[in-house]
Amino acid sequence: MTILLSLQGVSKRFGGLQALSNVTFDLPQGQILGLIGPNGAGKTTLFNAINGVYPPESGRIIFHDRDVTRFKPYQLAKMGMARTHQIVRPLNELSVRENVMVGACFGHESQNLSNAAKIADDVLEFVGLAARADQLAGSLNVAQKKRLEMARALAAHPYLLLLDEVLAGLNHSEIDSMIQTVLKIREQGITIIMIEHLMKAVMSVSDRIVVLDYGLQIAEGSPETIGNDPKVIEAYLGDPRLAERLLEEEE
Amino acid sequence: MKIWHRYIGIILPILAVAALALWPTITGKAANRESAFTILKAVALASSLNILLGYTGYVSFGHIVFYGFGGYVGLFLLTEYDWPLWYAILAGGLASGILAFLLGSAILRLRGAYFALATIGINEAMKAFVNNFDLFGGPTGITLNFSVYRTYGGAAQALQLSFYIVAGLAMLAILLSHVVRTSKFGLGLLAIRENEDAAEVMGVFAPNAKTWAYVLSAIIPGMIGVLFFFKNGNVEPHDAFPLHASIELLVMVMLGGQGTVLGPILGAFAYQGMRGFLVTSDFFGDIQLSVSGVLLLLIVLFIPAGAIGWLRQRIPTLRRVFA
Repeated sequence: MTILLSLQGVSKRFGGLQALSNVTFDLPQGQILGLIGPNGAGKTTLFNAINGVYPPESGRIIFHDRDVTRFKPYQLAKMGMARTHQIVRPLNELSVRENVMVGACFGHESQNLSNAAKIADDVLEFVGLAARADQLAGSLNVAQKKRLEMARALAAHPYLLLLDEVLAGLNHSEIDSMIQTVLKIREQGITIIMIEHLMKAVMSVSDRIVVLDYGLQIAEGSPETIGNDPKVIEAYLGDPRLAERLLEEEE
Repeated sequence: MKIWHRYIGIILPILAVAALALWPTITGKAANRESAFTILKAVALASSLNILLGYTGYVSFGHIVFYGFGGYVGLFLLTEYDWPLWYAILAGGLASGILAFLLGSAILRLRGAYFALATIGINEAMKAFVNNFDLFGGPTGITLNFSVYRTYGGAAQALQLSFYIVAGLAMLAILLSHVVRTSKFGLGLLAIRENEDAAEVMGVFAPNAKTWAYVLSAIIPGMIGVLFFFKNGNVEPHDAFPLHASIELLVMVMLGGQGTVLGPILGAFAYQGMRGFLVTSDFFGDIQLSVSGVLLLLIVLFIPAGAIGWLRQRIPTLRRVFA
């Protein structure tokens, strides 16, 4: 199995806050890695580090056998990395099709405009936005903007796709169809890291899960082992035996 | 898509400029030629500024610096080295392009209001520099020897020639604007305008793209500067770097509609028409600039997309026509 992305001791600090400490994992090609953790655990910061938005202070990031630790986002995009944003960033005054064309034109395939338009139409069909192609991106609703983020990332035909909470804010049927979309993307051979709060969803699609808490990587493994890991349960729910202990102390 | 669809966005601008270029010949009045010259110059400058302001989303309050600097370089070459006008114009454009490249690499790292402030600083710094630069004549500037015009068949012929050149440069500016607007490079600029961070994540090499947009928006103003000061006969610091002219350019671009090929042309026509009326009126003659200030305020408050943008929002099918 080839390793597409490898993080080695990645750390990032914002002033007095240690946002990431010593995060280390390997991601084999073609897998879906779930990245979970309570709010403020550093998940999006980790994406920003991988993606070159905020380079880490220490540690190394290896992508496609190259050390990309200090690379800029546009260099990584050219190497085949694409991402979506938790808070959507549509190019409001451009049409939906033009938004997706930007992904195809400037991603690692560097398509020309006419190819990019074809790719954009294919991808919009795939994510279910084909009917909106000529609308301005600013006029879409939140669920559609999330799909647009995904379409822009996919239009680059990336090797690695970083999905930041694509399910948040969606209703039940939208979640189901988005999960189907994610699984179909994996079938195309694209490696995925997804940040997700919805446990059921992330457990069902991920091959492996990494859990962050206060910037620390507290657990890593298959969905089954993670679901039963006491440290993970504690991070999410607090100490499971805290209530018992408090009761004992009172007596 | 039909072929004519792809070109319809440029046909209207070309027709507008061509009509203006032919207007003085048809009416046969020298005064009309002067008005047409002013409008064509404004079209060329506003269309150039639009590449930076309209497509890339960076506000430059000092764009006139390229016009003044190009003019100085051109007149210097015309007087000191007896260069022909053609070469002087090209050299002026090139000099402004290089200046933009150097400045852009330094200040395009700034965003929003900080970039806008830096551009004001650049214009004022350049004015102060030229004021003290002996090679460019210091505060008295450079005056052309009248004999220069003899090469072009006398002063009257030179004026006529200048008019044809300005028409050509205006045409060149709108073609450049159209080519940028419809190219992949232009798509990258629009992405930067809408959200620079998102554009970078999608792979747009923003620092380079912005610098080239700045360079492209500076070259034609540099050429126009040479032509204007050649026609004018001399160049002085306060004529070459007037801050209010930069602001007038902003008004034109925003009035017509930033980010469209046709918008700045429409804005230049409308603004120069209004200005011509105001300057000659008894009441507004002295406060003509305040009127443009108020106009800019009203545009920003009520139709920030400009006339063309406003039309596009109301009538979606026009989006293709007014690309």
